[in-house]
Formats: sequence, structure tokens, C-alpha cells
Amino acid sequence: MAEEHYLELSENPVQFEHASSVNNVFFDEANKQVFAVRSGGATGVVVKGPDDKSSVAFRMDDKGEVKCIKFSIGNKILAVQRTSKSVDFINFIPDYPHTEFTQECKTRNASILGFCWTSWNEIVFITDQGVEFYQVFPDKRNLKLLKSQSINVNWYQYCPETAVILLSTTVQGNVLQPLAFKNGNVSKMSKFEIELPVIPKPAKLSLSERDVAMATIYGQLYVMYLKHHSRTANSPGAEVVLYHLPREGPCKKSHVLKLNTTGKFALNIVDNLVVVHHQSSQTSLIFDIRLKEPDCSVNTQQPVLPARSIHPYRIPLSGSAVVPSQPPVPCQLYSSSWSVFQPDIIISASEGYLWYLQVKLPPTVKLLQDKGKLMDFLLRRRDCKMVILSVCSQILEGSEKAELPVVATVFDKLNQVYKDYLEAEQSYAAAVESGPSRGAATQKRPVRTQAVIDQSDMYTHVLSSFSERKGVSHKFIIAVLMEYIRSLNQYQITVQHYLYELVIKTLVQHNHFYMLHQFLQYHVLNDSKPLACLLLSLEGTYPPAHQLSLDMLKRLSTANDEIVEVLLSKQQVLGALRFIRSVGAHDNVSARKFLDAARQTGDQMLFYTVFRSFQQRNQRLRGSPAFNPGTF
Amino acid sequence: MLMISPKMASGMQEKQYTPCLLNFFIYNPTFGPREGEEEKKILFYHPSEVEKNEKIRNVGLCEAIVQFTRTFCPTKPAKSLHTQKNRQFFFEPEENFWIVMVVRNPMIEKPNKDGKPPTIEYQEEEILDTVYGAVVRQCYSMYKLFNGPFGRAMETGGVELLMQKLEKFFYRYLQTLHLQSCDLLDVFGGISFFPLDKMTYLKIQSFVNRVEESLSLIKYTAFLYNDQLIWSGLEQDDMRTLYKYLTTSLFPRHSEPEAPCGTPKTVKLFRLAGRDSPLRPEVAGNLLHYGRFLTGPANLKDPEAKFRFPKIFVASEDGYEELHLIVYKAMSAAACFMINASVEVTREFCEQLDGLVGPQLTLLASDICEQFTINRRTSGPEKEPQFKFIYFNHMNLAEKSTIHMRKTASVCLTSVHPDLMKILGDINCDFARVDEDEEIIVKAMTDYWVVGKKSDQRELYVILNQKNANLIEVNEEVKRLCATQFNNIFFLD
Repeated sequence: MAEEHYLELSENPVQFEHASSVNNVFFDEANKQVFAVRSGGATGVVVKGPDDKSSVAFRMDDKGEVKCIKFSIGNKILAVQRTSKSVDFINFIPDYPHTEFTQECKTRNASILGFCWTSWNEIVFITDQGVEFYQVFPDKRNLKLLKSQSINVNWYQYCPETAVILLSTTVQGNVLQPLAFKNGNVSKMSKFEIELPVIPKPAKLSLSERDVAMATIYGQLYVMYLKHHSRTANSPGAEVVLYHLPREGPCKKSHVLKLNTTGKFALNIVDNLVVVHHQSSQTSLIFDIRLKEPDCSVNTQQPVLPARSIHPYRIPLSGSAVVPSQPPVPCQLYSSSWSVFQPDIIISASEGYLWYLQVKLPPTVKLLQDKGKLMDFLLRRRDCKMVILSVCSQILEGSEKAELPVVATVFDKLNQVYKDYLEAEQSYAAAVESGPSRGAATQKRPVRTQAVIDQSDMYTHVLSSFSERKGVSHKFIIAVLMEYIRSLNQYQITVQHYLYELVIKTLVQHNHFYMLHQFLQYHVLNDSKPLACLLLSLEGTYPPAHQLSLDMLKRLSTANDEIVEVLLSKQQVLGALRFIRSVGAHDNVSARKFLDAARQTGDQMLFYTVFRSFQQRNQRLRGSPAFNPGTF
Repeated sequence: MLMISPKMASGMQEKQYTPCLLNFFIYNPTFGPREGEEEKKILFYHPSEVEKNEKIRNVGLCEAIVQFTRTFCPTKPAKSLHTQKNRQFFFEPEENFWIVMVVRNPMIEKPNKDGKPPTIEYQEEEILDTVYGAVVRQCYSMYKLFNGPFGRAMETGGVELLMQKLEKFFYRYLQTLHLQSCDLLDVFGGISFFPLDKMTYLKIQSFVNRVEESLSLIKYTAFLYNDQLIWSGLEQDDMRTLYKYLTTSLFPRHSEPEAPCGTPKTVKLFRLAGRDSPLRPEVAGNLLHYGRFLTGPANLKDPEAKFRFPKIFVASEDGYEELHLIVYKAMSAAACFMINASVEVTREFCEQLDGLVGPQLTLLASDICEQFTINRRTSGPEKEPQFKFIYFNHMNLAEKSTIHMRKTASVCLTSVHPDLMKILGDINCDFARVDEDEEIIVKAMTDYWVVGKKSDQRELYVILNQKNANLIEVNEEVKRLCATQFNNIFFLD
């Protein structure tokens, strides 16, 4: 069971002073900073970011209760909201005046719901009556209104990655208006309506901001809506409904994730997986929206894995240098004091911790029995390489050995990704080749993710040790190697020499020369000089290898010298001579080699024939039968 | 056996007789060493109606000849005896066991005037030792494939059992010998390989491996398409004999209109239009397929079906092993599965095999067919090959002939005159005498040239028919053939 927790909290959480009556805690999703504001800032503001660089501590005057506090990107300007009418700014740029300046919202009678920084000096105020987009001039200590948009707003959500703000409008709140901010511009994306489980009468705000989140999954922006189980409808449980928000074009309902249970949920996105935490059962579910289930309609999905809780976490008693022997305290998971933020952040304000949620891949291997599906799942994860390789080893050896069709499926899935990468790499290389004038600038060098498992990975981590393992039938070893070669061929990937060598070694070890012969006959093992040489070395145990090797050298057409050497070593001097003549290299070949070989046969007639042949060549080339000194 | 030649001689009709089998007998001199016990030596005699004393006389003569010639060369006793009327071939496959085949020489019967009996002219030099020597060896190999060596029958049931087995086997086998159409190909005893691209070949590999994995009883598998070999899990020598059996006996007996090859898409159409197709496809699960057993049960659904398969003997590390031979075919693809004979093959196993192999083999057959058609299309429309040639590689037993038509159970048709075939055989004998690579060019009658080339372990025989061609032109022509047909192998010019 312990090995089945596939989610865990990051080992090194960000620690901050926990929330209390004198200490208010704020979290900024854009910079991922936690602000601990003591007594309105008078006794200090401690900012903790994901790394030490983004951590700051400072003091500010207590001018009333802080409602919201955020740095602009790069910690350049601090914005503090203390009233519902205005936001205060403090410069954090060295050499700029530090005195605060204030901006009131332009719309009359509007109250500010909050604000978001969209760049180092651009900020959006969201009021109940619309949005106001400002540029901040820290040197002049004032702001300029760039754009404003008038619309009734219930609440808003911000996705910092894409700089998209989602506004809840209308009385029920279920018409959502996304706005995209970029370089001082606002663009309205198409608005959409979320279907509510029950239409309330009379109309009232029915879509809560807690049930909506925005995140990018596989590079696309989605709005996730937690649709609670309605008592009237006969649905078996709550669902997460995903709406895909393309940059252009209408928003579309794209996926329905079935939770099969009811209660309180929270959402995270980790490694492109949708994680749904369920408080009452203290477990989490994960969904991979790319995983297609054949028995489900296109966009309805079941969890990839059975529900499991997050791996138990123990809080190391910090600053406990005094009592080092004290064991770490188990942390209460799924606590009601947890706040969950996108994409992968969990904060316990009462304990003063910020964790990143992480996916652990090894436990998923046991939980996902279908190896094909498991591969699909793993290939899309970030740190998947070693897990995939261990799965490959596992299906080949030991108690969990899979059948060949399963092995084939796994190989095909790996090689599909491998092939896609090779192709991208190739077209990039071609674009670079064609010159910087066009193409190259637009095309980015393809990133080699961990999912690209190439032949050398397979050879080093899986195949070489597998083929040497005792107790595995050689029939199975050969079948697996051939299956891998088949898969590579199917994706038109050039097979590396060392794989052929492994096949040959295994066949030779078990005296399956006739099988080897047949493989070569059908050119399953590609021609190469090293392979030809390997075959030559087998001649002692398997004489036909000689012929196979010569054929291969001939087909290579770049190995004429090698052919001559082979023939001469077999004392086939005339054969060598005839060959060299047939390929038209007779004129510039060294006569010494041939004469030496002819002399070694002890056949005087042969020596004479060879000698005469070269004399005639000399006559033809230089008008004299004599050999050039030194050159022959 | 009677072949009437169209040759006319001076208005009178000549009759030409092809070589035919006179006697075939097997004896062991140690079984009746004393006088009066000679009959005990004879284990099998064809024709069986021959009078006892004549049998004894003939066997005695052979024994004497072999003994006598041994004095000249103890390690290589006589292999054949040439006489005016016939030729005898001696072969000792196992110690003291001798197989003798007596072939009557071809002859021409010239009718005489005035009611006199016709004159008979024997053509003593027309038949080749190598060809018929190979036929005798083939007889033994075939016996051994189905019965194991003579010694095995001796061990299990003594002389009586051996005689029974010989009688049972050779009575039928000798009827299938067609001595008049034996030629160079019998000397080679080669295997025709099906040309295939790498990917399809790997698919077949994958198929074989998967079947062997899920039906672990299967010890060896061989795969053929269009009567040509693609994969053999058996060792070469056993495959050679099995191949001969499959292509000359089993397949021809079962040949019937197959689902047409050509448009691979038809497989799907046929699946739908099962009722109208020449073969009614089997329904296994939801998949229709064309698989059927060529050995064993003709119809799986028949409650009376017998699950008995022919047994074969193949070489193994410790002597030989006995196997059930299951031959299963779907369209033009045939798979031979070999199972240890000590295991009983049950109905359940056959049903499992049918369900697993049938659909896969059907698909594979249509894949191969598709690939084959593509290849043929890209290599240009198939026309009558300009060259008539026979190629043989001793290393892998690969043979290729554009001289021979498709082999059938009864005859092996060649498209060239027997005289030319004889020249090929003669050249082959010359090659066999020396180890060196060589080349022989023969000018035959009526504008025919015959070229034989030997390079390392390969032999190539080409028959050219060019009016007024000279030696140089013929040589050039053969070079061109090598460059086009054999460019991917090392073949010395």
C-alpha cells in the first residue's frame, strides 16, 4: 500500500510565518510568493518565493488593513490594496523614490475586487463594474489608464501564464468572459456560458469562484468547472467539466472528468495531469485528458488510476537544533485549512507551509495493468525515462513477464515518440541548412524530452542485460530482439549496429546459424562493414558466413579493398584479380599484394599468370612491362 | 511411361521410350550370410511379383559388384553400374543397408519391314549418374523423414517391423517417382525462397514468435508462401526434405481454387461475401478467415474428426526427434507447426490453433500478396524472362529456375529440350570434380548456347538462343544477366 501513493508533497516546502491575529498571509499566484504581513506591515512584511532570489523582507507604514498585496513581475513595484476604492504603490527599483503613491479606480461607485500585474509595470484593476488597465510610471509616481472595459463582474480568476483574466458576469454568474492582456492591449476572447446543474429561481449568483479554475494543460488554456452532484438529477457523482479556450475562435466544452463521488473537491494541475482532491475520503484522483478510453465517448473520462491519498508527509521540526532527536510530526493531509492554487500549489496557512504537488511515477506502474495504456501515460510525463525503462525490463523478465504482443505494443509506442523526435530534428536540420533567410528563425530546435527513448537507451538499460540473463529462454530473447527491430523498421528508424550484434551473438551462442543465415538472406540485418567483419570472424564455426560476408561487402560497394583482402587471404588470387578488374580498379592496384599471395600458394604457374597480367597492365599504362620502382 | 516422339524417320514411325524404373530393392547382406538363407537379406523388393530366385540373383549380383569394387577403393564402393539395357545405382545410407535402383535406359524402337520384330536401340549415355544417384538418396531421406532411420525400426520391432515399414512407405512412394522428368534440380534438391521485403518478413517473424509463445507445444515452425519457403525453424537438411514433401506431394494434393491474389482489398470483400466465395471462410469468434488444416482434421466441426497428424523425424542434438506435423494454410500462406510426438494433439489444441492462427495467417497472406503485387508492379510488367537459367547456392540451398514450370504432383515440366537439360547435368558433373571456380560455355545444336558458371558455392546455368552469336557475345550476354539478376551477391565474373 505504501508504494501506491502516486502523489506527494515537495520535500522542501516554502516556510513562512503562519497566519494569526497579528500576521496576515497572502499568496500571489503570478510570482508564487507568499506575503506574511505583520500588523499591517509596520512590524514587517516577509515575502517568500519559490527560490531565495524572490524572497524579500521589508517594512511599510501601517495604513490600515491590507486586503491584497502583490509584486509586479520581477519584484519591481509593490501594489497594496487597503480600501475598495484605491490601490497603493511602492517602488522597489533602486534609486527611485520610495514614497507610496495611490491610484483610485476610475469608475464611480465601483469597488475594487482585486488587481493583477500583467508585466513589470502593467496592472489590471478588476472592479464590480469592469476592468481598468493601467501602465505604472514609477519614476513619475503615477499611472496612465490604457484601456477600460465596462461590465458587471461577480468575481474573477487570473491565469498568470497566459495573462488571461476570467470574469464572472450576469446575475447567476455563469456567463464567463475571458480577457487576454498583452503588451498594453486587451483582447476580448469569446464568452461562454457554463451549464449549471440547477437553474435557481429566483435567479441568484449560482456559480462560485471556488468551483472554477484556469490552467494550461498540454500547452492549451482550459477553464475547469467543478460541477457538483445535483440531488435532483440522477448523476452518480460530481464531474469536472473542461472548457477549452483557444486564442482564437469559440470556447468549447471539451472533456468531462467523472469523479464518481460527491463532496468537497479541489483541483491541481501537475505534469499536465488534472488532479482532483477529495476531502472527505482524503484521496486524490488523476486524469490525463490525452488518454483516450475506447469504451467511453470522446470526451468523457474516468480516472487513470484508482483513488489514493497523497503520500504521508512529516513536518521536520524546523529550527529544532535544540531538540534534534525529536521525530518529525506527521502532517495532516487534506486539512480544511489547506488552500489549493493553480497549477500545483498547496498552502497550509495555519501551519505556514507552501508545497508543490508532485507526481511519483513508479507507483503508477503497479496500478495501471494495461501496459499499452501505462506507456501512453508515462510517455507524456516529465521524468519518465527511468520508469519507462524499468517497465521495459519488467515486462521482459521475471514474474511480470508480458506476452509478445504486449511487448510489441510497448516497443511501438516508444518508437512512435522516438520517430516523431527524429523527424522534428531532421526538419529542423533541413531548415537550418536552407539558410537563415527563411524557416530557420521560425522553427525552434526540437526539445528532446525524457520520453524519447532511443536505441542506445534500450540497449544499455534493457536489452543487453536481458539478453545475458540466465533462465530466460533464448527463443524469447531472440523473439524480443526481432520484435524491437521490427518496430524500429516499422517506423523507418535506422537500426544501430549494436542491436544486430546482439542478435548475432545470441544466435551464435545457441548454435542457431541457420536462423542467422535466413535473417541475412532477407536483409533483416542491414549491411555494414562491421557486420561483414563480424560474419567473417564466424567463418571458423560456420563456414557459410564467408559467403554471407562477401555478399555483404559486395552490396556495400565501398568495400572493394576488403573483398580483395578476403580473397587473397583465401589464396584465391585469380578470383581477386578478376574481381578487381571487374570493378575497374585494376590500373591502380598494388601488384605486390597479389604477387605475394600468388607466391605463397607455391603454384608457379599461378605466380607466372599473375605476374604476366601485371606486366600487360604496365605495358598498357606506361608502354613498358617493367614495374615502377617503389610503386608496386 | 510411353512417350511418342514426333520424330519421323524415313516414313516409318519410331517409338521413343523414356527411362523407367525396373527394380528397386533394399537389402542387408548381414541378415542372411549363410547359403540357403539369401532371401533373408532382402528387406524390400519392387516389383514384388518378381520370382524369388530372380530377386536373390539380382541382390547377389549387386552384393558381388559392391564387394568386388571395394578392393580397388575400400572407402568409395561402386555407385552405379552401366550396362547396355539399364543402369543400377547403389547407395548405402546406413551401415550394411543397401538401396539399389535399376533404371532402364531410354530407347528407340525402330520398326522393321516384313513383320520382323522391331530393332531396339538403347541410349546408354543419355542418363546421368548424378541425377539418379540423387533420386535414390532422396528416396532414403523421404523414408527417414517419416519413419526415422532404418536402425530405429530395427531397434523397436526388428526386421519384421522394418520390412513392414519399407513396404508401406515405398509401395506408394515409388509410384510417385517420375524418372523421366528427373534432372539437374533433383541433384540440387534446392529450396525456392519467396522474395520478400524486410518489413513483411519481420511481420512473419513476429507472427511465428507469437504463435510459438502462445501455443508453447509448438517446437518448430516453417512458413511458406506460394509453395516457396520464407522461414524455417528446422535445420537446413530436414527442411530440404520436408520442403520436397510439401511442394511435390502435400500441396499439390490439396491445391484448389484459392482466394484470388492480386487485389488485397478483396480479402475484406470476401469476408462479407463469404457465401459466394469459392472457399467458405471459417468463422472464429467474429473474424472470418480462410485457414484450414492440410494435415489432420479436414473439418474441425465434424464430431467424428480425427486429430491424427503425420509424424516426422528430424535431427536433434541426440540423434533424432519425432514430431507431429501440422500443416495449416490460409490462402497462399502455409505454416507448418511441429509438436513433440509424445504429446497428444487434441481437439481443443486444434481449435485453439485454428482460432489464433486462422485470422492472423489470413491477414498476413493478404499482406504478403499486396507486397508481392507492389514489387511486381515496380519491377515492371512480368514478361517471359529473356534468359533461361538455373541458379543454385550450396550454402543455403536456394534455387531459382526459369526453365521449370510450376511443379505438380505428377510431372515437372521444363521449357527446354531434354538434350539441353542433359548438357546442364554434364556441366554440373564437371563442376563437381574440382573445387576451383570455373566457367564452361557449350555450343549446343540449333543456335543454343549453354553457359555454366561456378563461383564459390554458387552455380549458374544459362541457356541462350541467339542466331549466329559468337563466344564473345554469349559471354557479354551472361555478364549482363549477372549484373541484373545477381547484383546483390558476390558472383565473380
